[in-house]
Amino acid sequence: MSKSVSAFAAHPLRAVALALLVIVIGYALPAIHAVAASATKVDVDIAKFLFAQKEITVAPGTTVVWTNRDETPHTVAASDKSFSSKGLDTNDTFEHTFTKEGDFDYICTVHPFMTGVVHVHK
Amino acid sequence: MSERDRAKPALTRRQALQCLASWSGAAVVWTVAGGVPYALGATRGDTSIATPQPGALTFVQISDTHIGFRKEANPDVVGSLRRAIADIHALPDTPAFVVHTGDVSHLSKPEEFGSARELLKEIRVDRVHTVPGEHDTIDDGATGYLKFFDHDGNGKSWYSFDQAGVHFVGLNNVLNFKLGTMASLGDEQLAWLKADLAGVSRSTPIVVLAHIPLWTIWEPWGWGTADSAQAIALLRPFGSVTVLNGHIHQVLQKVEGNVALHTARSLAYPLPTPGQAGIGEPGPVTVSAGELGKLLGTRELRVVRGRTDVALIDTPLGR
Repeated sequence: MSKSVSAFAAHPLRAVALALLVIVIGYALPAIHAVAASATKVDVDIAKFLFAQKEITVAPGTTVVWTNRDETPHTVAASDKSFSSKGLDTNDTFEHTFTKEGDFDYICTVHPFMTGVVHVHK
Repeated sequence: MSERDRAKPALTRRQALQCLASWSGAAVVWTVAGGVPYALGATRGDTSIATPQPGALTFVQISDTHIGFRKEANPDVVGSLRRAIADIHALPDTPAFVVHTGDVSHLSKPEEFGSARELLKEIRVDRVHTVPGEHDTIDDGATGYLKFFDHDGNGKSWYSFDQAGVHFVGLNNVLNFKLGTMASLGDEQLAWLKADLAGVSRSTPIVVLAHIPLWTIWEPWGWGTADSAQAIALLRPFGSVTVLNGHIHQVLQKVEGNVALHTARSLAYPLPTPGQAGIGEPGPVTVSAGELGKLLGTRELRVVRGRTDVALIDTPLGR
């Protein structure tokens, strides 16, 4: 420890550089955190043969997590085939991260009268 | 069926339904004559229908076994199927075969199909003919189902066969082609059905197997087939058509000209009545253990050559 102090004393510029680095990290950390926040997971429950949040709007990068709350199996399948789950038993989840903007219609292939849509916009 | 019964004038549909209601929970014999069904009122103790008749074909319908389901509504679906198998073995007139109108499995898992196939082999009949339900086609259409239940070995989930002068047709009406609609048969299958029926004489009795009812019972729950009208149009010219469905886990029937459509009980769990007040979705209904057996059951059918009527006996598991 004493050795490094003496090293900074011998090279004041190093101390400045380290201080700057700390400042940069200090600013960057909340920024990283903010990115993580904008990529938050959004939950959609499947309950009583309905997508509880039938229509949602999210930012690109958002991960949508569907959870089946019924005793009957359901699926989540995009009509453009961009995502498709396996059969979800009770409390099984399926997630998909939406990277592109657009409107994504989906159904439960077991019960095709069950429909939902994810709008992805900046 | 006695001559006295046969001589009775046919009841109206309303009267017949009243009869059905009054015998709720008991076995009911339906005879379809001239397109109008009338109940003969046999219970299991009445063996008149069980009297072997020359030229008669007897077979059994089971449905909706949901092997793999283990929730509160029925923690032992395997036990329920085994009780049904015991009932089939106890029939006085050995059935020629068994038909299973779909939802063999609960989640389309290979182990569920494998287990179901082994259980169905326990039935002492020559063959069990199956059609897929939507629970059998969850992940990859009919591909997984066909690995265990490919009727003709040609990779198709629809087929036909003839037995004892009766033409049987098995259909897959759990296909999805359009967002947000009821499931359907699709153009390829309808074209196949048209070609298949072209070779059948109009006097040949026809029995159609399909999982979802071939008529719209309750659209908000998907209890119907989007293109059923096209299939019924192909069947209408024939003198005797019996359509056997599952899916709704309860006995309902409809008659349209010479076409009689019947849904069957499940061997897994009850579902609500169509659009039942206070229940917003067609999910499993949990009842007491004593009640469950009364809501599950099997069906025996008899087709007599030269007659247009098909006799049905619905027998609950719990009596």
